[in-house]
Amino acid sequence: MKLEIAFLYHDLMNIYGDRGNIITLSQRARWRGIETTVTELSVGDPVDPDKYDFYFFGGGQDKEQYAVADDLKGEKGAALKEAAAKGAVFLAVCGGYQLLGHYYRPDNGPDLLGIGLLDVHTIAGNKRCIGNVIIQSEFGTLVAFENHSGKTYLGPQARPLGRSEIGYGNNAEDGNEGAIQNNVFGCYLHGSLLPKNPHFADHLLKLALQRRYGPVELTPLDDTVEMAAHRAALQRARDTR
Amino acid sequence: MRQTLAIATGKTLLEILHRTGRGGTAFPGLVATKIAPHILRDLTARLPGGSAMVIGTNGKTTTTRLFATILETAGVKVANNRSGSNLIRGLTSTLLNQASLRGKLTADMGLFEVDEAAFPQAQAEIQPRLILMNNLFRDQLDRYGEIDTIRKRWAESIKTLAPGTKLILNADDPSMAYLARFAPEGVKTVFFGLDHPPLALAKLAHAVDAAKCIVCGTNMVYDAIYISHMGHYHCPNCDFRRPDPQFVVKEVKLSVSEGSQFVLETPDGPLELKVGVPGLYNVYNAAGASAAALSMGIATGHVTKGLEKFKSVFGRIERIALGEGRHLLLALVKNPVGFNEVLRMLTHDPAQKLKMMVIINDLYADGRDVSWLWDVDFEVLADRLGWVQTGGLRATDMANRLKYAGIDPALISWEEDIATSLKLAMDRLPANETLYITPTYTAMLQLREILQKMGLVVPFWEE
Ligand SMILES: [Zn+2]
Repeated sequence: MKLEIAFLYHDLMNIYGDRGNIITLSQRARWRGIETTVTELSVGDPVDPDKYDFYFFGGGQDKEQYAVADDLKGEKGAALKEAAAKGAVFLAVCGGYQLLGHYYRPDNGPDLLGIGLLDVHTIAGNKRCIGNVIIQSEFGTLVAFENHSGKTYLGPQARPLGRSEIGYGNNAEDGNEGAIQNNVFGCYLHGSLLPKNPHFADHLLKLALQRRYGPVELTPLDDTVEMAAHRAALQRARDTR
Repeated sequence: MRQTLAIATGKTLLEILHRTGRGGTAFPGLVATKIAPHILRDLTARLPGGSAMVIGTNGKTTTTRLFATILETAGVKVANNRSGSNLIRGLTSTLLNQASLRGKLTADMGLFEVDEAAFPQAQAEIQPRLILMNNLFRDQLDRYGEIDTIRKRWAESIKTLAPGTKLILNADDPSMAYLARFAPEGVKTVFFGLDHPPLALAKLAHAVDAAKCIVCGTNMVYDAIYISHMGHYHCPNCDFRRPDPQFVVKEVKLSVSEGSQFVLETPDGPLELKVGVPGLYNVYNAAGASAAALSMGIATGHVTKGLEKFKSVFGRIERIALGEGRHLLLALVKNPVGFNEVLRMLTHDPAQKLKMMVIINDLYADGRDVSWLWDVDFEVLADRLGWVQTGGLRATDMANRLKYAGIDPALISWEEDIATSLKLAMDRLPANETLYITPTYTAMLQLREILQKMGLVVPFWEE
């Protein structure tokens, strides 16, 4: 089996160590004998909507976010939408999450338009939501670290990734974290997210492989270290918030 | 009157804390600042030689200590904030410590390392005559905000510098070259930089922040990369480029056990320098400290001697003998760039199978988000490790990171309790081998305490 991963804007949207998600997904595929390629796609690089099974889209600084939003207008955005419609899996964190939504509305200045793959929109907030979090989701408990001031609101097409047991979540109001729409996942979860949540990593991996190979069963891996890190993060979240 | 009361109260608190064995705290400074808000301005104005300031994400503590050692060698009495408590109240505590009850200072000049976030306020309060700016990296974003924001704040602060102020800047860091543009008339900018092609890296690492031109946003072109985003760069689109430094480091020879040797070309001719701490980043630190001292008119002989006699700063890099030829080498890690440099230093000898201990805490001073571990290129350790023991509040996160870096899980063990973890590692360390320990900031403090109980180090405020 083969897995094609695209790292969107690896050079601009790569703060907070979110590349841990790519490392985790590709290692967990390779350890199972699945041949894995990671392709970095930045501003100006075209996207072949049939090529990639999994897209990762991380967070960046404000200035970079404008360059990226600009690049997503037109063909590139359309290609990503086509890829999603054909079943490719997306994981977007923080700034990437906001840009997969309809728009980001800053305090002053024009809206930053997203591509609308997720039925969500984000409004600049004046409070930084920061700290260890615990999320209860349909994929099990997730542990992570949130760090954002944008407040994201879901429309009817999207459903939350989970409930915030500890943490502010999407907007510090409705108690939810993240958004899911078909195979597109967005959230505010750093940490990195996937290394300490191997069950969720494997769920995404299965979804990504399904596009080419239909339903697949993954060989179980020894997750002793991963789950030890997961439990320690649960404890840290309870101790620190 | 307020000042007198603030000084007396602060000093009394310092006395009590020292007697009860709690040195190096910022608390007395906090109290004094509450009583007299501009106590720092008032105290520094009493220093006959004025003040100098060191800022930068990486290496400011070592640089400050190098600079201080040079000044002390030249017979200048320096008030300097030694214990790494470098916020405003820490600076105030430092000066209180050296003031008489009536506020008379024994030092000739002040030398302060200052946090990224505290710089504008500290600059306005202290009015330094010289500022040494090392570098600007992404560091603990949850504390300081984004790099663009910090750079803007620094630029605003630089615009307000008094004529006659000297700015000593690292030419190899684009942010520093950019900041020089904001210096008002009458402020003297002096650059230092490295020019030694054999040390150039093949490509920019993952953790790099400044691949884009700060002025126009075009991808920058590098003719040489030395550390992270530092090197010889120019923008193909606008006039932004590395300035030609007045102080140029050449012919660098690196050694982990001996420290480094290099030639520093100065406007007055070349100097052969030796610095007793390893790693290329310490060459930068030494070059910055030397350029600053020479710009102040310190004689070359004092610079050479000062650097040579310099002993490692608490916690930055420290070597401790255990007997039977066994050693501990401690190197503080606090961000991806610094950690990558430590790894580069440790993997210098390809034949060596490293025995390592990595201690990661996630308290406020460490950065509460451990995501940054995923920006460190631990992949370079694959095939180079004898074994590794992790410790601290995030021991398991660290163990997991190493597993995903391709290190055989059989070589990785973890134990959160630092004392237990250290004992396990020391017990399996063979004779004539070194245990390389890389702790985060609060982990280093705990480690020092444990080593102190074992009789291996002295409390840092007594150094
Ligand atoms: Zn330019």
